[in-house]
Amino acid sequence: MDFSALNPIALVASLVVAATPLLFAALGELVTEKSGVLNLGVEGMMIFGAICGFAISVESGSPWLGLVAAAIGGALISLIFGVLTQVLLSNQVATGLALTMFGLGLAALIGQPYAGIKPPSFPKLDLPVLSDLPVIGPLLFQYDYMVYVSLALTVGIWLFLTRSRAGLVLRAVGENHDAAHSLGYNVILIRLAAIAFGGACAGLGGAYLSLIRVPQWTEGMTAGAGWIALAIVVFASWKPWRVLLGAYLFGGVTILQLNLQALGISIQSQYLSMTPYLVTIIVLVIMSADRSRAALNAPASLGRVFHKTG
Amino acid sequence: MLRLEPRRRPSKLMLGLTPVLAVIATMIAGGILFAILGKNPVEAIRIIFIDPFLDPFSRTELLVKGAPLVLIAIGLSLGFRANIWNIGAEGQFVIGALAGGATGLAFYPMEGIWILPVMAIAGAAGGFAWAMIPAFLKIRFNANEILVSLMLVYVAILLLSALVSGPLRDPDGFNFPESRLFHDSATLPIIISGSRAHAGVLVALASVVIAYVLLNRHVLGYQIKLTGQAPKAAAFAGVNANRIIAICLGTSGALAGLAGMFEAAGPVGQLVPALPVGYGFTAIIVAFLGRLNPIGILLAGGVMALTYIGGETAQLTLSLPAAAISVFQGMLLFFLLAMDILITYRVRIRRTEVA
Amino acid sequence: MNFVKTLAVAATAAVGLTGAAFADGHEKTKVGFIYVGPVGDFGWSYEHDQGRKAVVEAFGDKVETTYVESVPEGPDAERVIRQMAQSGHDLIFTTSFGYMNPTIKVAKQFPDVKFEHATGYQRADNVSTYSGRFYEGRTVIGHIAGKMTETNKIGYIASFPIPEVVRGINAAYLAAKKANPDVEFKIVWVSTWFDPGKEADAANALIEQGVDVIMQHTDSPAAMTIAEEKGIYAFGQASDMKEFGPNARLSSIIDNWGPYYVSRVQAVMDGTWESTDTWDGIAPGLTEIGEFSDKIPADVQAEATAIKDAIVAGELHSFTGPINKQDGTPWLAEGETADDGTLLGMNFYVEGIEGELPN
Repeated sequence: MDFSALNPIALVASLVVAATPLLFAALGELVTEKSGVLNLGVEGMMIFGAICGFAISVESGSPWLGLVAAAIGGALISLIFGVLTQVLLSNQVATGLALTMFGLGLAALIGQPYAGIKPPSFPKLDLPVLSDLPVIGPLLFQYDYMVYVSLALTVGIWLFLTRSRAGLVLRAVGENHDAAHSLGYNVILIRLAAIAFGGACAGLGGAYLSLIRVPQWTEGMTAGAGWIALAIVVFASWKPWRVLLGAYLFGGVTILQLNLQALGISIQSQYLSMTPYLVTIIVLVIMSADRSRAALNAPASLGRVFHKTG
Repeated sequence: MLRLEPRRRPSKLMLGLTPVLAVIATMIAGGILFAILGKNPVEAIRIIFIDPFLDPFSRTELLVKGAPLVLIAIGLSLGFRANIWNIGAEGQFVIGALAGGATGLAFYPMEGIWILPVMAIAGAAGGFAWAMIPAFLKIRFNANEILVSLMLVYVAILLLSALVSGPLRDPDGFNFPESRLFHDSATLPIIISGSRAHAGVLVALASVVIAYVLLNRHVLGYQIKLTGQAPKAAAFAGVNANRIIAICLGTSGALAGLAGMFEAAGPVGQLVPALPVGYGFTAIIVAFLGRLNPIGILLAGGVMALTYIGGETAQLTLSLPAAAISVFQGMLLFFLLAMDILITYRVRIRRTEVA
Repeated sequence: MNFVKTLAVAATAAVGLTGAAFADGHEKTKVGFIYVGPVGDFGWSYEHDQGRKAVVEAFGDKVETTYVESVPEGPDAERVIRQMAQSGHDLIFTTSFGYMNPTIKVAKQFPDVKFEHATGYQRADNVSTYSGRFYEGRTVIGHIAGKMTETNKIGYIASFPIPEVVRGINAAYLAAKKANPDVEFKIVWVSTWFDPGKEADAANALIEQGVDVIMQHTDSPAAMTIAEEKGIYAFGQASDMKEFGPNARLSSIIDNWGPYYVSRVQAVMDGTWESTDTWDGIAPGLTEIGEFSDKIPADVQAEATAIKDAIVAGELHSFTGPINKQDGTPWLAEGETADDGTLLGMNFYVEGIEGELPN
């Protein structure tokens, strides 16, 4: 077997592209969950973002407008979930699942006229000198812009959660909503904002798929990516840096498996495909076993209904 | 301004009225959707909600489609009452089908009335064992059961796919990834002739009755409810929380596993990779629509089954796209979930006070 | 149409009135289709729906067609088939392998309704099977691929190791090898029929390994899109896919179900329908080779056309000996051609293909 045929630089490059939609969606879900809300509708929001972004790109000719539309679309559809769970106090698990069903259907309906159309192509970073450097150029400076946006978003969310007052408030709401409420914070409004942010990120993740990674629109094209994003948040123990790591690991396993096959190494792919899920469980167990550390990460009010009394 | 005020006790009137209101709201919103798609809205709504009741075969299909939903949702509702969130019923369903189905295939082509009970036990045991993984990890390591059980869904589906393309593959099946058809002794008896309504429907109905008795007449039901509503009080009253976790997850896993085995040995008649069609996830919605109440779950399972079967008929007779049905179902669920609030809260109109 | 009324129609059909009505063509023939994917998948289900449209076009007012899309190959399939059967359909096409057992079951209960199951192997008095010899198409495009590759590496994105897919790989490899002895196949199994993201990743992985021509046996046009972007070549699968890769697309294998569907509906109308096992290739038009791209040099186009013509004339079989199996054991002797039985259950690679066939 000739492993030298595996080009690590190209491997990393395709890994990044495969991981970026997951990264966007998982980062959004992380913020939502940090506010104490479990939204299982990521898949529905992603696919809705994918079609919103695609349709607006095609109609306007501008991929950037498409991305904005995807974020808005994702946020809007997530607010259905937001209003139901926060204002009308419906159960989050059931509402999230219903959102997935609704989003998949609505995206397919809107998308019918867009099958078989090529979207405007998306610009890639092209810095003079830097992008042309050997090894470093393709490794660091040749991706599409959204990859850098996703990395910036990771840093931004990390700073927001750990260094800003607003982030502190968000975490407080997720940790103990009653206490946050008695301190005078508007729990519902904060959570609605976190849900909308999560929806916008999921929408961007979906649009990355339909505009950059594949680029085309086909019904059901997210094919379960939203669920993987949910897994990544847990795998990451609700930390932005580990979300980045988790997304790249998940992306990496898929890419490596395909590349090894292209090299001629045969593997029983079903068993290999199980590994990310099993690894996530193991990570979760290790994290949770250490109760003092787990308490710092998992939002204590996750999935619980808040209603202010009095 | 509008304001929500908790009721002292849930409103009996609203309990009955909200589902009706939700269905009416869905009919209006769905009608608009169908009209936009260029279909006659009145006809579409009638086909989805009424026609399945008029046709004898569709009526029995409501049982076939509803039974696994009810069976799984009953199990889940016990855990949900105790704040134990098993959302991996889909995985337990698959493992139950695998364990039960593999047992049936192992006895191929033996005859005997003992084969089905053995398969059912294997199916329930498979689902139980799969659910005990999150239970054990929660009890021992405090790992979140929502996430562990969800991850195990994917593992289970991949395992099914691997096994039917490998050891369980039909030897005469031209290498297609599916098992051989179960022989007669390993296939569920039909309870209404000429239909697909199988013995599993009776088990689902029995589970409703048993759950009702358990919750209302048995100390365990009381303990489950208490754990959910007031965990500290429950601990004080001597309820062993770990025992409740194991019982709730184990029961829901066993029932989901049983539903999986029924599905394989009933309507499908073999193990195929496409066996899981989302019953485990839909059952979560059914459990909440039924407000975790056994009778409510029975009704909610019926409504969900109705939208699936009516939706198929609407595709067939009106050429509605499948996506429109999925949007319609989503709307129905949204309205049902939204209206629930009227049961435990009343809406008060209050003038904003002038300071 | 009202469901109750439909039932009444079905009931009259059972009494035997409709049979007579067909003969003199007064009543519409009702034809149903069940698809495994959405009609917008631009692959398998899309082409079956094109076939349905061909039926509508051919018979106009004399037929009524219905379809149900995205029917999973699990417990729901039998219900949908049966609902079609009892709502007055005369002929029902179930267009995916997983519908085989449900089709047979329902057919037993509705002896007066005719069924046609795609790609299966079980038949009954009122159940026909039909499929395409798509491997013949692979022989033609395999030749083109062999001639067009400059790196001598051809990528193949495969779904599941079922005989249909293995057959396609073998046929394409044999043709490519004949056209270009240095050719090498890189095969990636993605374990899905439809996952645009994964198919795109697989295409990228292959391109990374130096592949400059891609073939696929999955349903989405993702690989074609990637090929276009990376400036390499690819072939349309199931549908033409030209809109996804105007420069990348060399040709395509198109599942052209229309003529078959039209002839079967005609047979029902004429009362001449019989249970048959159809496995049609290029000659009857079920497998169609898409228009050649002008990127293909004229001489290669001529060779490909010659291969196609020879297949049509019955002078060339995709599997003509000497062919050894992958492990070197002889399979076909000089001049011997493969029998259909072996082809239908094909579970081995031919000699020269690297890598192990997963199972």
